Amino acid sequence: MAVGLEHYLTVAAILFSLGLFGIFLNRRNVIIILMSIELMLLAVNINLVSFSVFLQDLVGQVFAMFVLTVAAAEAAIGLAILVVFYRNRASISVEDINQMKG
Amino acid sequence: MAIATLCFYVFAGILVACGAMVITVRNPVHSVLFLILAFFNAAGLFVLIGAEFLAMILVVVYVGAVAVLFLFVVMMLDVNFQDMRKGAKRYAGVGAAVGLVLLVEILLVVGAWQIDPVMVGSGAAPTPALAEMDNTRALGNLIYTEYVYLFQGAGMVLLVAMVGAIVLTHRKRDGVKRQVINDQLARSAKDDVKPVKVTSGSGI
Repeated sequence: MAVGLEHYLTVAAILFSLGLFGIFLNRRNVIIILMSIELMLLAVNINLVSFSVFLQDLVGQVFAMFVLTVAAAEAAIGLAILVVFYRNRASISVEDINQMKG
Repeated sequence: MAIATLCFYVFAGILVACGAMVITVRNPVHSVLFLILAFFNAAGLFVLIGAEFLAMILVVVYVGAVAVLFLFVVMMLDVNFQDMRKGAKRYAGVGAAVGLVLLVEILLVVGAWQIDPVMVGSGAAPTPALAEMDNTRALGNLIYTEYVYLFQGAGMVLLVAMVGAIVLTHRKRDGVKRQVINDQLARSAKDDVKPVKVTSGSGI
């Protein structure tokens, strides 16, 4: 059985669901939540690339590259915020992030 | 063809297994390492499907930069990660339910996806034949011409992210000696050099 579009889409769907599940499962640990978001973005990229290849349209790959850029920027900023937060509170638990509450 | 199918199942299987390990292992360092393996396997899938440039970008950017950044932060923060798993069971059920519903919905949508042959190659930027141009060259032709403004915008996003990360994490520490160029340039011999008359045989 040749590998078709639906195989790639299925892998991406499983990966995306795993990322979502990871956010629920590790809802205290910001680092794992960031990694789950990376997994979900990877699933999106797999979708974009497989559609791009099977439709023979390169725009999907260009878009996947921009998604990659934004994901890298997001990881950098997220981790920077995390480091600053850890310096102030000596904790990275999501439940301690409540200083903006009025 | 059989080899390609086998490769797909190997890459896809390891990718999904690594994704599951990333969110379930207790040690965050192991989680990052599994994330790296997941990215490698995704790059393998991209090579298999014929998107070599993105595969290499994935390895360079994700494994070389983002994952190492994660590794740095995980190892830098001295946090007790065991306590963080408390209460995970309470939300695991809800999370599994939501994830499962999402998965089933996506599979229902994409499972029976058929591409209309009319659509193939009729998009905004049809892929040139492989004999004519390889993937990297075709992508380069596209992003430096038609999508050059988006490309510059992506560069801007990265620049802003870099400046933002530096501004956020930079801190001033007391008691550190720094070079102040202005002070150095503002000195003059008139203020700082004092002629002293030394009498012979006595020293200063």
